[in-house]
Amino acid sequence: MTSARLQMPPRITQGDVFKIRLLVNHPMDSGFLRDIDGVLIQRNVIRHLLCTLNGKEVFRVEPTTGVSANPFIEFYLRATESGTCCFAGLTTKPISASCVTA
Amino acid sequence: MMPTVFSRRQSIAQLLKTVVAASMGTLLSGAAKAQVDKLTITGLSEARLRTFEEMVRPFVQNQELKKENVSLSLPMLADNGHMVPLSLKIDSPMTEAEHITHVYLISQRNPVPLMSKFVMGPWNGRADLSTRVRLSGNQSVIALARRSDGNFIYDVQEVVVTEAACVDNG
Repeated sequence: MTSARLQMPPRITQGDVFKIRLLVNHPMDSGFLRDIDGVLIQRNVIRHLLCTLNGKEVFRVEPTTGVSANPFIEFYLRATESGTCCFAGLTTKPISASCVTA
Repeated sequence: MMPTVFSRRQSIAQLLKTVVAASMGTLLSGAAKAQVDKLTITGLSEARLRTFEEMVRPFVQNQELKKENVSLSLPMLADNGHMVPLSLKIDSPMTEAEHITHVYLISQRNPVPLMSKFVMGPWNGRADLSTRVRLSGNQSVIALARRSDGNFIYDVQEVVVTEAACVDNG
């Protein structure tokens, strides 16, 4: 089951540039590996990870098979307004989404 | 007793350096070989190393490309190719007028050359990133960033991978 965890500073003042750490639980199967019976493991990777702040896109990641299982991404964001920072993911399997309040 | 321990540690460090230097040597000769057999391009061949042009040209097209303001840091020696920590610092004011719009992480040897693409803008405040990537063997990694004026900047880092993220079907 895909789930995401988000870590950011507990208090952010307006105008701050703060760090967001995102950890997604996802196997990121590359589609090049075989399991113990020699059956090819189907490709299953995250196609998009979208970070929105109050509905406006602020950061997007498009990983391919070159990103490790359980992708970890660290990036910065400038605090312009308070609101909800939301993450949505699109994988090769059905869409999953997770939402965290800032 | 202290100086003995220190000198032993130093000699170990020296040995490690030599090993790394030797592997770098093979890496470079591999890159030179890749220049020669340019015609043997197959999507999944693990052994082939891409040339710099092959790696960046699809993204850069005919825009300007400079090696500046980007600093890519990777471990010199990665034990496990499945999870190589990678961090990137890009020197950019990140204002409306001048910011980074896209960042591409490109691998020289992986079956899929583009490892990840990031889309950012002035609202990020700082164009620094860090993530973990898969690397199938010793290679160079390129971090390519597109500026808001359409030009590109990049940095290259060589990495020795002890245990490659395997590509059974390669």
